[in-house]
Amino acid sequence: MVERRMPSIRTTRFSALAPLALVAALLLGAPMLRGIGAVQAADGGNTIESVAIDTPDQVRITFRGEFPAAQATAENFRFAEAAAPDAPMALKSVKAEGRVVTLTATQALHPTERYKLEVADPPISRDVTPSPWATLVTLFLSSALINNFVFTRYLGLCIFFGVSKKRDAAVGMGVTFTAVMIFTAMTSWAVDTFALQPLHLGFLQVLVFIGTVAAVVQFLDTMLRKTHPALHRSFGVYLMLITTNCIILAVPLLNAQGKVSMLEALVLALGSGLGFALALFLMSCAREKMELARVPKAFEGLPIAFALAGLFALAFMGFSGLDFFR
Amino acid sequence: MSETTERPPGALQLLFNGIVSENPVFRLALSLCPAVAVTTTVANGFILGVAVLAVQVLSSLTVAIARGVIHPRVRIPVYTIIIAVWVSAIDMALAAFVPALYAQVGLYIKLIVAFAIIISRLEVFASRQPLVPSFWDAVGMGLGFMIALMVIGALREVLGAGSFFGIVLFKTKPLLFFALPAGGFFSIALLMAFFNALERKLTGGTAKPAAGGHHG
Repeated sequence: MVERRMPSIRTTRFSALAPLALVAALLLGAPMLRGIGAVQAADGGNTIESVAIDTPDQVRITFRGEFPAAQATAENFRFAEAAAPDAPMALKSVKAEGRVVTLTATQALHPTERYKLEVADPPISRDVTPSPWATLVTLFLSSALINNFVFTRYLGLCIFFGVSKKRDAAVGMGVTFTAVMIFTAMTSWAVDTFALQPLHLGFLQVLVFIGTVAAVVQFLDTMLRKTHPALHRSFGVYLMLITTNCIILAVPLLNAQGKVSMLEALVLALGSGLGFALALFLMSCAREKMELARVPKAFEGLPIAFALAGLFALAFMGFSGLDFFR
Repeated sequence: MSETTERPPGALQLLFNGIVSENPVFRLALSLCPAVAVTTTVANGFILGVAVLAVQVLSSLTVAIARGVIHPRVRIPVYTIIIAVWVSAIDMALAAFVPALYAQVGLYIKLIVAFAIIISRLEVFASRQPLVPSFWDAVGMGLGFMIALMVIGALREVLGAGSFFGIVLFKTKPLLFFALPAGGFFSIALLMAFFNALERKLTGGTAKPAAGGHHG
């Protein structure tokens, strides 16, 4: 019996640690990746080596050769939002120091937005695009913490209150949930991008997505039972609870609404899943402690759990300003 | 199946059952997500309540009519498809007729398809009873849900925005807290505790607290 349980336990630990390591890597790596908004220009003469946005309102342009101070005037540079290239921003100041020119805009700039930079002399035009990392990390943080599904979007409350009584169950549910969320988000993204959108069948979204989710969950259940019976014994229960859950359905709907790329869909699913797992874990720890507390009769059961969730929601509001790139 | 051996309860009893004694939100604790999510104003609660009422009634009727044809082994997928069809219809209808309100609650209208309350009524009631009682049961449950949403919405709108149905009641600075996510959780905690206390008073302290919800 002991040997039989072993693989299950080891796998559980691994699946719980792997996402955490990934989060840590992303968080640590993010600040170093700020300058990666750069695209190479290929023509001769003095060309731009890199363009970086320095918060809150500066653009740092690094040229390949020395940039003459005489050309560093506001008239020589045109900087506009990519969405409105005909309306350049007013520039407060332009400073040249060797190869680096710093533009200061009169409005706030964000490294996660797209801009267009034009120089009159030497004639250069280029798009300033956010690094894919910046977009993905922002999306991840936003879906996991800032827009946490449970505490700010209020989805998945049914499972949240149902499964958060015991810590083991909460961890199991969180892991299963994240895995299923990634599978269903990817499948529905493919269905949406390759079938629904080209055929203009957007109005069938709800019907198709719920079918996809049910099919994927059924498929995972069957696969898991045949290939990893031990894993199925520990997580199978949760799998069946998931089928008609609002979060599982909300992620494909949000992805379809935002018309995101595949990578973004994946990151949104991962972030949402981990955010939900975190919420479940925190809540289960608090509820285990609450077993020992003396609760007023009228508040016993769900009411006090709701009040507790309210306190967590209040704490999660602190994340609302969290951003590595502003 | 012993479906026709006992007489189905009357319309009034079914309505009372849905609105008071088995209120979906406060008593059965089902479909809690929308109860917190869209209840920042009474109007939002109302529009979602109407959508749920319509979906519940229409799917209950469909199931009550088609219950002889649906094979019990595939009933859950069939129910889900029936609900999804009606949700899509209501979703498009609301988007067309009340675009301003729809913009605020759109995602949650689509998510009605995953509300446990609807499928549980189909499973518990409409699949075993004839057309007329199924209709009244669906109306009762739908109304119960709508009223619950509006009560929560009223509490949060009056305290959080100082208005009721968009009409300004008092000009003092409102308690923003109740309009925030956290306030939603607290409002429901307070209202549930209030109804529990009321029930204990009325039944002499023998009633059990609201059942723990597991779905929806």
